[in-house]
Amino acid sequence: MKARYKRFIWVAIGLSVVALAVTLVLRTFNSNIVLYINPTEVAQKKMPKDRNFRIGGMVTAGSLKRQPDGLTVKFSVTDMVETVPVSYTGILPDLFKEGKGVVAEGKLDADGVFRATEVLAKHDENYMPPAAADALKKAGRNMDGTPIKSIEAPAQSPTPAKP
Amino acid sequence: MNMADFFSMGGRGFYVWSSFGAVALALVIEMMLVKKRGSAAAQLKKTVAETQQ
Amino acid sequence: MNLYKYASPATFYPLAGKLIPWFAALAVVFGLIGLYLGLIVAPEDAQQGQVYRIIFIHVPTAWVGMVVYLVMAAYGVAALTLKTRLSSMMMEALAPTGALFTALALLTGALWGKPTWGTYWIWDARMTSTLILLFLYVGYIALIHAIEDKKRADKAGALLVIVGSVNVPIIYFSVRWWNTLHQGASVSVTGSKMAAVMAQGMLVMALACWMYAIAVVLVRVRAIILERQYKGANDMVGLSMGARGMAGTEMTGTEMMGTK
Repeated sequence: MKARYKRFIWVAIGLSVVALAVTLVLRTFNSNIVLYINPTEVAQKKMPKDRNFRIGGMVTAGSLKRQPDGLTVKFSVTDMVETVPVSYTGILPDLFKEGKGVVAEGKLDADGVFRATEVLAKHDENYMPPAAADALKKAGRNMDGTPIKSIEAPAQSPTPAKP
Repeated sequence: MNMADFFSMGGRGFYVWSSFGAVALALVIEMMLVKKRGSAAAQLKKTVAETQQ
Repeated sequence: MNLYKYASPATFYPLAGKLIPWFAALAVVFGLIGLYLGLIVAPEDAQQGQVYRIIFIHVPTAWVGMVVYLVMAAYGVAALTLKTRLSSMMMEALAPTGALFTALALLTGALWGKPTWGTYWIWDARMTSTLILLFLYVGYIALIHAIEDKKRADKAGALLVIVGSVNVPIIYFSVRWWNTLHQGASVSVTGSKMAAVMAQGMLVMALACWMYAIAVVLVRVRAIILERQYKGANDMVGLSMGARGMAGTEMTGTEMMGTK
């Protein structure tokens, strides 16, 4: 019967969709709901062992250094409390910039350097014409209007500020 | 802004135009399908009305 | 005013017919103004350059995708409590458009993510929950077509949509609750973080998407009203063998005509 056959297809679609949705929910709530951890959490060794993970934060101003091979870059990621040095070989996204958000996936080496296999730029929710951004910059303000804070990594502070 | 700049979108024309294009295409297809469904339903009504006379 | 009057398919059918041209015309007008504002008037963005213009289509499609689901859930509550016949038909009419806009939000988001973030896709909370929204739509459509008894199908569908509606606030607040790659909201009830002309372009495009969605859903619900009213009668006179129980798919009517 055609109608019966058609209904069977809908049941099959329904079941596979439910299975997919459940898988996604489990997957997300398992560990991926925390897309990245910040440098403070890295300092506290809160990352998974023997597995790739992502760190997120801001690219420390003045930390970006291109290596002689032209492809490898070194920079550090900071959350204003702790800083993690990162080494990455590959193409950086357009919006990757010092002082801007970044999410990097990789592993922390024994020497404390995070070897990234993927670097993504995390941009903010502010949109404005370049002229307006320049005006804000001249006035010493961030894009959200707040005064620009120094984003230099603090010298190794012995007591990280607790939030 | 000249035409070439407009279409190149700062070198990112592929991403911008495929976004807008995909949406336009999808909406046109949806309109066609829904129109087809509407006329099929109207035809159904007509058929039933004729057979019940 | 007697609301029940408008909840009756017989009253709603001609009313919807009168409204469709207006919504369609508004969709065209808002669409043209929105595209003009977004693609021509709005300046480039200081950080992203021109590619940010995807926002003018990405955000409106995402809003429609989410809100259509909430509207379906509201109709679902009405269908289960007030037992108005039109509610289930509206749900059935809304689902394909909601699914389409959600899929388009995901697609345009991917096309925006590649040049800016550096990836088409990442399993962050915003994107995963939006993908789940798409699956909820597809799940609802599959469910109502999988159950033969129309009344039971409507009930099960309404229940699924109501339960699934918890996902919508999760999508919205995901960028605040968890670390995501996706940035926070640029426009919210508390204000806008966009230059005025950019925000205006986005809002006009959103209006255009709304008007389009309403128009197309009204055309579809009129078809559904006729299908549900006449399909049974048509089966009884034995005109269309095998059409029983397959009400509702976009193609059904045409296929059925073809079988005669």
